Amino acid sequence: MPVETRVNGRPVTLHADDDTPLLWVLREELGLTGTKFGCGIAACGACSVHIDGAVTRSCSVPVAAVAGKAITTIEGLGSASALHPLQAAWIAHQVPQCGYCQSGQLMAAAALLAQSPHPSDAEIDAAMTNICRCATYPRIRAAIHAVAGAVA
Amino acid sequence: MKLRRRYVLIGGAAVLGGGVFGLWWGDEAATARAKRLTTGPHEGSFGGWMKIAPDDTVTVYSPHIDFGQGSHTALAQMLADELDADWSHVRVEQAPADYAFGNAALAKVFISGMSGHPDLVGHLPDVVFSALARNAPIQITGGSSAIRATGQFGMRVVGAAARLALIATAADRLGVPASELTTAASRVTHAPTGRSLRYGELAEAAAGRSLTREPVLKTRADYRLIGKPVDRFDIPAKVDGSAKYGIDFALPGMRVATVMAAPVRGGKLLGVDPAPALAIKGVEKVIRLDDAVVVVAGGYWPALKGVRALAPKFSDGGHGGLSSETIQAAQGALIRQGKPDNTYGSGDVAAGLATPGGRRLNADYRVPFLHQAAMEPFAMTGHHHDGKLEVWGATQDPLQTRNLLAKFAGLSVADVTFHPMIMGGGFGRRFPPYTQIIEQIARVAVQVDHPVKIIWSREEDVKQGAYRPQSSAQLQAALGADGRIAAWQTDYVQLPDAESEVVFPYVVPAVARRHYKYISNQVDAYWRSVNSTQHGFYNESFIDELAHLAGQDPYRFRRAHLPAGGRHLAVLDAVAQRAGWGTALPAGTGRGIALVESFGTICAHVVEASVAADGTPKVARVWAVVDCGTTVNPRNAEAQVKGGILMGLSTALGEAITLTGGAVDQSSFPDYPVLKLAAAPAIDVHFIESDAPVGGLGEPGLPPASPALCNALFAATGRRIRTLPIASQLG
Repeated sequence: MPVETRVNGRPVTLHADDDTPLLWVLREELGLTGTKFGCGIAACGACSVHIDGAVTRSCSVPVAAVAGKAITTIEGLGSASALHPLQAAWIAHQVPQCGYCQSGQLMAAAALLAQSPHPSDAEIDAAMTNICRCATYPRIRAAIHAVAGAVA
Repeated sequence: MKLRRRYVLIGGAAVLGGGVFGLWWGDEAATARAKRLTTGPHEGSFGGWMKIAPDDTVTVYSPHIDFGQGSHTALAQMLADELDADWSHVRVEQAPADYAFGNAALAKVFISGMSGHPDLVGHLPDVVFSALARNAPIQITGGSSAIRATGQFGMRVVGAAARLALIATAADRLGVPASELTTAASRVTHAPTGRSLRYGELAEAAAGRSLTREPVLKTRADYRLIGKPVDRFDIPAKVDGSAKYGIDFALPGMRVATVMAAPVRGGKLLGVDPAPALAIKGVEKVIRLDDAVVVVAGGYWPALKGVRALAPKFSDGGHGGLSSETIQAAQGALIRQGKPDNTYGSGDVAAGLATPGGRRLNADYRVPFLHQAAMEPFAMTGHHHDGKLEVWGATQDPLQTRNLLAKFAGLSVADVTFHPMIMGGGFGRRFPPYTQIIEQIARVAVQVDHPVKIIWSREEDVKQGAYRPQSSAQLQAALGADGRIAAWQTDYVQLPDAESEVVFPYVVPAVARRHYKYISNQVDAYWRSVNSTQHGFYNESFIDELAHLAGQDPYRFRRAHLPAGGRHLAVLDAVAQRAGWGTALPAGTGRGIALVESFGTICAHVVEASVAADGTPKVARVWAVVDCGTTVNPRNAEAQVKGGILMGLSTALGEAITLTGGAVDQSSFPDYPVLKLAAAPAIDVHFIESDAPVGGLGEPGLPPASPALCNALFAATGRRIRTLPIASQLG
């Protein structure tokens, strides 16, 4: 059954089978390939998106579950004219290495700052559970702190 | 000819000491082809490595893949520095997977190591290397070689030679002697008359000149870009989702497939009933390969459901009795038999070990198979049409990938195009000979009437890996009455002989390194820093044990065995000083130190660690001092070292691939735990800059991490870790 939803602010009708994970609908039906496939079992976070503002691992959410909800992907985190402050910080701190996990890292960090604008290290530890095999973690932490400080 | 990555170390060090050579343009056919493939109207191509457009844009063609190590930017820095280019107009593109872009600079490093006569390199014409790179083939990214080989012998030489060609062209146009001309910011200037010409105006004519073979390169004082922390080219596209990785490629009408291969490596597909997969909506086809079954569908999800619905029968290739325990037992037996395949070292070790009054120490060390666990699972897209095959994907050698695609598809290389894309990590996993998806896409694409993308599941990625070998070692040493090491013997068992890679920096009168070859059903694969991981762990743990046996401080004990005035000693001293070695620590916290040279770079780490009540090791801080001669991009260099340290800690803490019944036990991140942010300590990295030969950086930060951690845990708890991973050993 078609699923009506909003993706990055635009209303869309999705036609994938009900049990298809949101990840594959985003990637294959909508061509939004910024959201990455890492494990398919919600263990790595590469597929993180926001559903009604909550960071969610889209590989484990069937498309039927997002009817009527608002989805934001990395392509919708900033705008064409202005990067999200975290994206700008990611560039300023030269965070990515291979970069594959960074869409998910940014979505997780954005959700954290939306909830807790000045997170402690412990809050960052608890919120940032996405895997980065290049281990860019020190710069991820620094970039989050930089944005948290900048908006103070 | 089989080119082996592990020869890079010796070759790199030897050639870098031998001077800089002109290259590439000795092979005119390849140069002309490279020019034809990349150069538009009025652009000037310089040896096929770089072109300059009329608007001054400099485009550098990198024969290396950048999978996060930042080499594209650093290689461009090296070329642009010698060229005196305006950095704001410099771009990098991936060199096509074409023989015209075989990496002659890298070929030179490989052959010098392979021949055992590095001096030979200086006497061979460059066309030999160019021909080797085309035919071998070499477009490898590995061996921490991009900067120290391609950058030094390729990019800098091309940049400097092109600059001289631009000057000569300007001299003709302006009617002045070349000696009166200077270059800066992509302009040639004649100061006496105040006239200047842009590179873009000169490039087409300059490219027609023959390039100088041995241009004089800049020295450190003249660097404008080398050593500068410029921003990487690839990062903006990696923060807004626009970067296209191999897995992201799509074509209209494309089908998506996924694979299940024989769980026991070496096994074959005996049979499969395709009906359960074909019954799933969206599944179109089931393809049987020699050792795997492939389900082709309208998307990844139906393909995955399809493959999981199947009950294929696989043979075990005769390896069904193999397990991590049987491998360990067989490796131990080999050492006990005492008949090594290869022996290296010097001095009378037997006599040294039997030193009267000496104190002996024997210890058995073991490490498991390790998985690279790159974040992007294998994915490749193939389109077979009109007798030709076109493939998009990411590997660590595009040229060899193309040749393999042709072989497996039964086509001539001329009928195969491979489009190298950026990749979500590699760490050694994506070398073509064991990148199974190359064969899979070639065989599947010719059986599907549409473009088709194969995507591996994470489970397939973990179970069908190309692992760092499981390895065992027995270390023995004796301390003389003077408290110094009198003799040291390492007996180690694994498939590859590590001798050409592993550096033993300590001065010991009698040393033996004995390799016992052990073959399992797993491939001989490269894992970030390759043999230096396990041998760094063995040597740096064992010397720590010897220090404690001698009743000496582990730092001072190492120091006493290093050559005075050498680079190793300087690195060790610097890290001890920065870490406050010897200062008081909280109760339950220990400091460990380790020193490993790999890929031409010397690294020492100090780790500060403790153990939680439940036995979990906790790393508080890490200090690293690195001597790679020159850092081309210091900020990126720091990122490579930190990433290497954290990957090394991750392996030490919990990573292991184990076998049962010949098959891999692990399947995804929950049972192959990769370090996360919360466990990542603060890291201090310091580089010692010098005119020493340039070393690699993608790998050398990793090897000292695990021994430094285990040495710290010993200092904290008195318990010695001799088997990795640590896992629950301290619980």
